[in-house]
Amino acid sequence: MTENGQSLRSIMRAAITLTVAAAAYEALARSGYFAPALLPTLGNVTRALFASLTDGTMIAHAAFTLYRVLFGFCLAVVVGIPLGILMARFQRVEHFFLPLVSALMPIPSFALVPLFMLWFGIGNLTTVLIVFYAATFPMVFNTWSGVRSVNPLWLRAAGAMGADENSLFWKVIIPGASPFIITGMRQSFLRAWIAVVGAEMIAASDWGLGWVIFDAKEFLNTDVMLAALIVIGCIGYVFERLVFGSVEKATVQRWGMTRAAKG
Amino acid sequence: MQDAATTIAVDRTLGRSSGGERLRLIARNVFPFVVVGGIWEIIAWTNIFPRRLFPTLEEVASSFVQLTISGILPHHTIDTVIRLLSGFALAGIFGITIGVLMARSRRAEDVFLPLVSICAPIPGLAYAPLFLLWFGLGNLSSVLLVGFVSAFPIIFNSWTGVKAVKEIWVRSAQSMGADDRRLFSHVILPGALPYILTGLRLGLAQAWRILVAVEMLAAVPWGLGWMIFGARKFLNTDVMMAGIVVIAVIGLALEKFVFRKIEDYTVVRWGMITS
Repeated sequence: MTENGQSLRSIMRAAITLTVAAAAYEALARSGYFAPALLPTLGNVTRALFASLTDGTMIAHAAFTLYRVLFGFCLAVVVGIPLGILMARFQRVEHFFLPLVSALMPIPSFALVPLFMLWFGIGNLTTVLIVFYAATFPMVFNTWSGVRSVNPLWLRAAGAMGADENSLFWKVIIPGASPFIITGMRQSFLRAWIAVVGAEMIAASDWGLGWVIFDAKEFLNTDVMLAALIVIGCIGYVFERLVFGSVEKATVQRWGMTRAAKG
Repeated sequence: MQDAATTIAVDRTLGRSSGGERLRLIARNVFPFVVVGGIWEIIAWTNIFPRRLFPTLEEVASSFVQLTISGILPHHTIDTVIRLLSGFALAGIFGITIGVLMARSRRAEDVFLPLVSICAPIPGLAYAPLFLLWFGLGNLSSVLLVGFVSAFPIIFNSWTGVKAVKEIWVRSAQSMGADDRRLFSHVILPGALPYILTGLRLGLAQAWRILVAVEMLAAVPWGLGWMIFGARKFLNTDVMMAGIVVIAVIGLALEKFVFRKIEDYTVVRWGMITS
């Protein structure tokens, strides 16, 4: 069997699995054994998804969530990358921040939600700050280890060829550390995405995908809940695959860094 | 995994230095906390923010001691840890089984991989309301959710681990006459163990993060997450801070003591990785 036929068969089997799973779910939902409010049929879920998409509410919720997650994530990048670079380049900075970062890192961001709610109230500010808190640490750690792992030979070679501090930094250190930095961005976006959904549930404001899910629970709108879950999954997938995948292609792979980083 | 790397690095420098060196190292690690604590204290004493919302460190420490003596804090902690361990045990058993099955049989891979890769990228907490509706408020849904969410990294890592076992080891064991059971327990499992342990470690970290949040939503009677969330209603910021400290300490301990020890006893000893 050829490689192509093999993968075709895998796709077929995957499709069959998903169809069977969907059919089993549908059968369970229609059997009437469970309350239909708790286990809506797939048709109802699709209908809820389309209704909320066409009247724009789901899009508005998604826009609010995206605004929060991107705001927090950008803050984390703006703070995390410079801090990581400083920590890697200056020992004094490293000695000061490394213990703090190691102590704060194991605190789950959700544990801070109630505290932030008291301090900053319910709504955008709290959610953005929680996202920022969750996303900063992977950013700092990856940048730090990326800059530290730049091959010293490259630094010396560039120095011998007469590169000054400025061009050494921009032409050697930053591209050298970029695989780590991009991995860090990927990880922190993942964290941010998890944090935003949780923060929206607990620090319930009035918009946002996390809030939709939690609010739907109060009214037993399981179909809306599942629809929001689908939207959350799709947005996460789009960011993970399309955005970060293409960023990686445009920078790291083009500079030939992934191979260099591995070897 | 990044934090694991740094803790190892810090440990190494600790181990190498001796006497005065060591003291200086400890002083250097404590210094930032003293600075931050001092700033905190100054802000708290100046009363820029209401004292109820921004307690001094003494107040946090005294409420920590009080809660510990009265047995409230230990009770919360024990309930949380039990929930964590039972959820994580579920995730470990099912995760490793499914992961190994997926790697060993193509049919299982075709069946499970699409399901797993659809469910895994959705943030764990998004499932929480669904689980609450299906399984009710309380222990059952929080344990199940923790198990469900932390199973994914375990599945992925055991799957990759078993796949990464070198084909030549398997074939040489087979040619030396190992039957399936011996092949599994003597070649495949030890070979995949570094990956499986990484998966367990990631899963545990995930379980810990999710559990704290789920306790806030699931209205369990005892638990650290619930304690923090409940304290909000009475503006007991000091209780909250005490709870956060305990959560941080448990998180650190799980990572540093439990998994480092398991790794030392198994994979490091068998020479699979060098610590």
